[in-house]
Amino acid sequence: MRHLFRTDYRQDIALWRHNGDRFWYGLLVLSVLVAPAVLGEFYIGELGAVFIFAIAGVGLMLLVGYTGLISLGHAAFLGIGAYTNAVLLAQGVPFLVTLPVAGLFTALCGAAIGRPTLRMSGLYLAIATLAFGSIVGTVFQKWTAVTGGFDGFAVPAPYVFGISIDGATGIYYVSLAVLVLVLFVAANLLRSPTGRALVAIRDSEVSAQSMGIHLARYKTLAFAISAGMTGLAGALFAHYVRYLAPDAFDVLLSVQFVTIVFVGGLGSLRGAVLGAMFVRLLPQFIAVVRDDLPFGIGRLPGLEPSLFGLTLVLVILFQPGGLNGMWLKTKQWFQAFPFKRQASFRRQKTYARSERLR
Amino acid sequence: MSLFQARDLSVRFGGIRAVDAVSFDVHQGEVFSIIGPNGAGKTTIFNLISRIYNATSGKLFFEGKEFTRTPAWQIAGLGIARTFQNIELFPNATLLQNLLIGRHCHSRAVFIAELGFLPSVRKAELRHREKVEDVIAFLGLERYRDSLIANLPYGVRKVVELGRALCIEPKLLLLDEPSSGLNVEETEGMGFWIDDIKKDLGITVIMVEHDMSLVNQVSDRVMALNYGKVLAMGTPQAVQSHPEVVKAYLGAEVDA
Repeated sequence: MRHLFRTDYRQDIALWRHNGDRFWYGLLVLSVLVAPAVLGEFYIGELGAVFIFAIAGVGLMLLVGYTGLISLGHAAFLGIGAYTNAVLLAQGVPFLVTLPVAGLFTALCGAAIGRPTLRMSGLYLAIATLAFGSIVGTVFQKWTAVTGGFDGFAVPAPYVFGISIDGATGIYYVSLAVLVLVLFVAANLLRSPTGRALVAIRDSEVSAQSMGIHLARYKTLAFAISAGMTGLAGALFAHYVRYLAPDAFDVLLSVQFVTIVFVGGLGSLRGAVLGAMFVRLLPQFIAVVRDDLPFGIGRLPGLEPSLFGLTLVLVILFQPGGLNGMWLKTKQWFQAFPFKRQASFRRQKTYARSERLR
Repeated sequence: MSLFQARDLSVRFGGIRAVDAVSFDVHQGEVFSIIGPNGAGKTTIFNLISRIYNATSGKLFFEGKEFTRTPAWQIAGLGIARTFQNIELFPNATLLQNLLIGRHCHSRAVFIAELGFLPSVRKAELRHREKVEDVIAFLGLERYRDSLIANLPYGVRKVVELGRALCIEPKLLLLDEPSSGLNVEETEGMGFWIDDIKKDLGITVIMVEHDMSLVNQVSDRVMALNYGKVLAMGTPQAVQSHPEVVKAYLGAEVDA
């Protein structure tokens, strides 16, 4: 078991806690960098999609896991990012410009939805964002002059420094770079005053306010950052699907994003990545085992959404820490071996209920 | 001149006058206690001062400046910190993070710089950490530094909340029932801390409290309320023997 001997305040705000972290994450980055040389085109495409969903997952994690605001409209932000990127590319704007512009524009849209929903929380916010999602979906369908409506929109091939990155490998590397950037920015934010303000809002609005935190400003900011990251994911998603259709950005996709956050584990960036892996790889897994399932279960319609729903319920009931929690417990088990006790992971219950002011 | 003044402060919730034309001054460097039976309007006064409620009428002054209409989030910046009766900490964050949130009103970080965690942000974080460590040392919270609040016992949380308020480096500290839920020894300890806060840190304290032994131990002056009205004001002994106060707590004497 590793014991950290801390002698400097800087150790507590470092991104890496010790050299073991640096080594293993370095190894992870190295292996995903060489993966295209080893794996086939299909797997690289799927892995790229995992990265794209992880980017959106990190965005939603900041909103749901750290600020405590729910959104069922993130598919709309993905769509806004995707269409912004595709439309600008079709105008001849280079990809290195359209990608950040898609992110920034989506962040503005996020602020625009965050502002009027400031006083909402929980179920009401879920419904408001759901409504926002379906409004944006309708705009994608009806504004045919820009989006092409149901005819779809062929996404032009992106070029970086004159090199086409239209193939699975190109998108894979760009998505990886954006994911690393987004994780870096999110981790920085969380160790800064802004990140702490978000956590404060999540845990107690009334005392956050008396600590001098401007609730409206930080909630709007959380929506903007979350939407911006999802917009970046959307821009990359456009190149992953290559052909934009309005019905790709429906509420089921939003539910998938929420699944990423809950199954991954609330309040953890690692959880967002693990959740994205789960959400992207479960359908592939179903496709593989579909024909071997007994009693014709594999041919049942709606198998995939119901499995998503079932996992979501089971995780919330039995594993509130999600995949990240399972990871931490496994690590703990090995570190403490053979001293793991039944009580080590028992959930703490507190009975001092605090009376909220509203 | 007094540090804090309330003039004819009133708030009405529907037909109920929760606070009714209350005026009081708090002088620099004193501990001012507000006592009264349940529902007398003590916590309501705190919520008015921290601007969670809007006063129906009346005025609030701090250091000679009116702040009756200042938004709630700017109160900490003025130098007024508070604790809550039922503990409003951030339970899913560590003690250290909780105290660092108390430093929020002193943070001048630029958002863009935070995204990259630039050297300016890093330096500010280290400065805040030093201040927080001062408070941790003052209250003896070293061993809980990295614990989640949700895993701490109630008595410790009460102290953490006091610490978080001190991290604001306030000039005026509002303590809402600092002894509620504490046992006799813990209450006594709280009394010593309040004394230290007054004498060593020079912070003025307004305290709502039910525990009369704590009130007697630390207060310079006491104000007794009932049904939102001031019954008596003065030294702890004078207020406690005031006939109106005795009547409010024990009920009116039956005329023979």
